[in-house]
Amino acid sequence: MKLQGRVWKFGENIDTDVIIPARYLNTSDPTELARHCMEDADPEFSKKVRPGDVIVAGKNFGCGSSREHAPIALKAAGVACVIAPTFARIFYRNAFNMGLPILESPEAAQAIQEGDEVEINADTGEIRDISTGEVYRAKPIPAFMQTLIADGGLIPHILKSRSEK
Amino acid sequence: MKRPMTIAEKILAAHAGRDAVEPGDLVEVSVDFALGNDITAPIAIRIFREAGIERVFDPERIALVADHFCPNKDIKSAEQAKILRDFAREQGISHHYDGGEAGVEHVLLPEKGLVLPGDVVIGADSHTCTYGALGTFATGVGSTDLAATMITGKTWFKVPESLKLIYTGALRPWVTGKDLILHTIGDLGVDGALYQAMEFTGPVVDSLPMSDRFSMANMAIEAGGKVGLFNPDGETERYVTGRAVRTYTAYRSDADAIYARTVTYDCTAIEPVVAFPHLPENTRPVREARDVKIDQAVIGSCTNGRIEDLELAARVLAGRHVAKGVRCIVLPTTPRVYGEALDRGLIKIFLEAGAVIGPPTCGPCLGGHMGILAKGERAIATTNRNFVGRMGHPESEVYLSNPAVAAASAVLGRIAHPAEVVS
Repeated sequence: MKLQGRVWKFGENIDTDVIIPARYLNTSDPTELARHCMEDADPEFSKKVRPGDVIVAGKNFGCGSSREHAPIALKAAGVACVIAPTFARIFYRNAFNMGLPILESPEAAQAIQEGDEVEINADTGEIRDISTGEVYRAKPIPAFMQTLIADGGLIPHILKSRSEK
Repeated sequence: MKRPMTIAEKILAAHAGRDAVEPGDLVEVSVDFALGNDITAPIAIRIFREAGIERVFDPERIALVADHFCPNKDIKSAEQAKILRDFAREQGISHHYDGGEAGVEHVLLPEKGLVLPGDVVIGADSHTCTYGALGTFATGVGSTDLAATMITGKTWFKVPESLKLIYTGALRPWVTGKDLILHTIGDLGVDGALYQAMEFTGPVVDSLPMSDRFSMANMAIEAGGKVGLFNPDGETERYVTGRAVRTYTAYRSDADAIYARTVTYDCTAIEPVVAFPHLPENTRPVREARDVKIDQAVIGSCTNGRIEDLELAARVLAGRHVAKGVRCIVLPTTPRVYGEALDRGLIKIFLEAGAVIGPPTCGPCLGGHMGILAKGERAIATTNRNFVGRMGHPESEVYLSNPAVAAASAVLGRIAHPAEVVS
């Protein structure tokens, strides 16, 4: 899977209350959640972000709550991929379950600047900063996670393995 | 010879039907218990329905707890709570807690003996790790993972490395399990135990009552941990006896088990701690925070809303009054905790001190309701997170502490050491 988009940069330890504040969790409607995505870090984010854009952030992205509303909000806001040195573990799982590609690369997370145009090959983990010409390689996605993505997420994966039994 | 294993590895091996596992192994495990709440379960239920599945794997091994925005704070919250109610009725899920039966899930489930030593438990709530206090491999997952377990009774894990934390020395006055875990997060950082199983050990931990152990395991996630485990002992057995709804097998780490890292803390040097905004790792001794004025004190939550926590707060508030201009909000976490607080005279102490006593709910901890902060306001809270906007306005602030510190701060209107109030 190849993606290309414009970069929005955020700092370290972006928590799920920043990605989608709990005060909006009285709904799970993706469109409504998207309207408040990243609101407490950048109130204008949902207006500025365009489909296909990429978030590049610091370490421990997605820490805090287990709310799946976080990857749902990001995806519905148009974010196509998140790049960070590390992700909080529940967010990491949720993102794959939701079909939001995320890549771990400390080098890319540090070097890529806001506004850069990047091209990402989610299969190989290659990240190309078109604006600078630099190429980075993310940690490969574990084979099991690749199977999940190939099957279309966790639930299709389960349904598939049940029908094969 | 069999590989020595940590408690985390032993539980996962047993639930994967294997003799042994090692960190990095991907295992499919049977799940003893799964839970969701009024925020996360509606999504899991929607996914369950979309998958075209008719029955959950076992209605007795699933809990649905309406605790976050309940009693329903608005129409949307009421709709979410109703999804749980309807699904529980349809599927015959008896552990559905709503209305006067509801309590904060991570206090309620252990109290009812639904989660037990040696279990694998998943919950669509990040503080599911609380049950690690019982020696349970319990961890938070998203709604899709919960839906998958509701269908199959199973889930998958990557076996985590273990991080051994040893607590030596002796506890100083007013130092609780909350202070030990805040101190630990301050030392490790909010990602210091990322993807790891934290294991709390040592002589100080061995002598801690269950309530303090729950507070510590509860915040393992705040260091990035997958689980926060205690090795079950006599104290665990005393707690579980008379509550357990099933038989269970307790596991303890082998003496020669392998750890990615071992950290030792001398508790004699640990004072009551406050975590400053906006991360739980921003810890400082209370004595360095005494110039911080507060508008609100919250005593409750899955971290510190047990009867022992209310007792501690009452020791400070008894015969005293909350400072003028400060709101002190006490939220007993379950109907049983509320009842005990009544029987022990704690509710009267809180009332006479000028505190607001609310129903069992997560309420203000996540900025839901029952104590939201205005722009520029500050709260001290016995809760677990102090992220930006966590308790209300994005420009409000939350300071985390133990119940005695929160109560003393309510009395003096600024962050205070309990010894400043109680002689």
